[in-house]
Amino acid sequence: MRVLAAMSGGVDSSVAAAMLLEAGHDVVGVTMRLWEGDVEGTCCSVTEIDDARRVAQQLGIDHWVFRFTDDFEARVVEPYAAAHAAGLTPNPCIECNRHVKFDRLLRRATQLGFDAVATGHHVRLRREDGRVRLLRGADPAKDQSYVLYVLGQRQLERCLFPVGEITKADVRARAAELGLRTADKPDSVEVCFVTASGGREDLLRSRVGLRPGRVVDTKGTVVGRVDATELVTVGQRRGLGIGGGERRYALSIDPAAGTVVVGGLDDLMSDCVELTDLAWVDAPATGHVLAQSSAHGTPVEAEFDGSTVHFAEPHRRVAPGQSVVLYRGDEVLGGGIAR
Amino acid sequence: MTAYLDNAATTPMRSEAVEAMLPFLTERFGNPSGSHAVAREARKALDEAREVVAECLGARPGEIVFTGGGTEADNLAITGHHAARPGPVVCTAVEHHAVLHACRALPEARLAPVGPDGVVDISALTDLLDPSVSVVSVMLANNEVGTVQPLADVARAVRASAPDAVLHTDAVQAFAWLDIAATAADADLVAVSAHKFGGPKGVGALVVREGVAIEPIIHGGGQERDRRSGTYNVAGIVGMAAAMQSTVAERAATVARVQALRDRLADGLLGAIPDATETGDRANKVAGNCHLSFAGVESEALLVLLDGAGVCASAGSACTSGAVEPSHVLTAMGVPADRAVGSLRLSLGTTTTEADVDLALEVIPPAVDRLRSS
Repeated sequence: MRVLAAMSGGVDSSVAAAMLLEAGHDVVGVTMRLWEGDVEGTCCSVTEIDDARRVAQQLGIDHWVFRFTDDFEARVVEPYAAAHAAGLTPNPCIECNRHVKFDRLLRRATQLGFDAVATGHHVRLRREDGRVRLLRGADPAKDQSYVLYVLGQRQLERCLFPVGEITKADVRARAAELGLRTADKPDSVEVCFVTASGGREDLLRSRVGLRPGRVVDTKGTVVGRVDATELVTVGQRRGLGIGGGERRYALSIDPAAGTVVVGGLDDLMSDCVELTDLAWVDAPATGHVLAQSSAHGTPVEAEFDGSTVHFAEPHRRVAPGQSVVLYRGDEVLGGGIAR
Repeated sequence: MTAYLDNAATTPMRSEAVEAMLPFLTERFGNPSGSHAVAREARKALDEAREVVAECLGARPGEIVFTGGGTEADNLAITGHHAARPGPVVCTAVEHHAVLHACRALPEARLAPVGPDGVVDISALTDLLDPSVSVVSVMLANNEVGTVQPLADVARAVRASAPDAVLHTDAVQAFAWLDIAATAADADLVAVSAHKFGGPKGVGALVVREGVAIEPIIHGGGQERDRRSGTYNVAGIVGMAAAMQSTVAERAATVARVQALRDRLADGLLGAIPDATETGDRANKVAGNCHLSFAGVESEALLVLLDGAGVCASAGSACTSGAVEPSHVLTAMGVPADRAVGSLRLSLGTTTTEADVDLALEVIPPAVDRLRSS
């Protein structure tokens, strides 16, 4: 197969490209330039592009740079800032996968005659009877299926995720064996453009402005103040300007009114969460599922009725804007965005 | 086969240049600044090279400052004269980044607009001039679209409205095609770069006409009459002189031959590809430039397909990461963004053959078609 390997300059995508070559594919590496400027440690920096290119050279494959800054700004960064301004907790990596990596890049790859796009994500694919199933990665600690639930059959049939079949330790070992310069690079932990913008606070201050707010209890009594409602997330306990007493958590945020409602753990617990923007790997599913509401969260037993996830046990309120991903066993069924 | 059509990025070295350089990379290794026999041998080569370069640029030997390339020559001209006589600097909006960014790094830079043909608007330029202006920088030929600027008209406007200003021209893209001695005669400062005409990379020259003040931007041992310190790149300078000499000797014939190839290429592509436009006025471009844009195509993808088919081309100017950047030149010419993203620069050179043009004509139309239909 002709495979376009997205190479971020990190160890996972480096090894992914190497594994595809070993498997006999015709591989070309590509690094997406998504962000202007040059900030160390983010995948659009010249250093990271250099690393990706050097790995490609070591592997003896061609390497290109594609500039997708326009889509990234319009589809990822701008909506991220707008969501925070509206009191939501967005998940920009998922939007990047949905609109950039597995849409723009995939279309470009098809245009150029590639059969598939590969990335260094830790997930596994199983192809059976003409359908593709999406499973958690082989290394539970590094599983990235949560951020890929937005991929449907149309995308998955043209995707390859080679490192999802092995553990992160094996990835590093393979990189070291191959002498790749990325073997010891630390994992990226933050959202790329947030790091590049000097952190979430600086990014949001420059894009949407930060407005202080009142912290009120469930009866409406003011109990504290925050410097920026845009930086508060539902479920947050610290930084709400309320010292002492019982533990209190942010229950809801209303930036327009400038209020953050707080309450105790009991108030935070919820039986259900309604989802919008549903996306399915294959056919829509209902019934018994495992629901996971953050990238490294614990999946919990639930029933899905087609629009609302009903938790078997009370569950901490899911911050509006966050994605809830529905699994059956290790298999991703799909998911949606918490309302 | 590979058709190398990116001569505006760099050219293959001429064999005369390579041969001229070899002794200075081996046995004649001396530092021309010394006084012994080994140094003197290098000095002789340097002095001879300087005379050749001066002759080819229409300058006197004492007016030549050797630099580490075109970018340094542009920076020395602008920053160096600004240091000697501070004041606003004026350049066109389509200058190479070596000029544009050097100007922007100074306290006051004024940008002169260009028309849709890429030619500087003389009356708008004149409006930016006043007696306080330090440097006016107008390129001779544009690196992306090949447009030649009316330097004599620019010089007239500068002498009239900013009599104390110096006129600098970036002739980096022009030397291969135009008689610099004549076309840049009105400029006080002229920058060239060896690798754009068959010389080595990392060496260039700045003509500093007698009486034009410049302060050095690189300080050290005081070489080049205190205008550019640093041990002489003897091999590079000798190679540049050899490439210049051959280029000048063959220029008229090369221009005629390459222009015919370029016309066949441009007309062939415009005829074969619907919704294709040529950028700028061909009658006012250097012979090696063919710049087209295709509606509904992204040049980033087109370049990949062409590369795969053996055609080395470019979307405009190269940048550090290799990604295609939006072109400030096309923006300044008023090319709509959706058109600018589909631009293709094919730049021909002395080594371009009929077979290169044949391959490009065979490969480009189906590539554009493929991108449009998927």
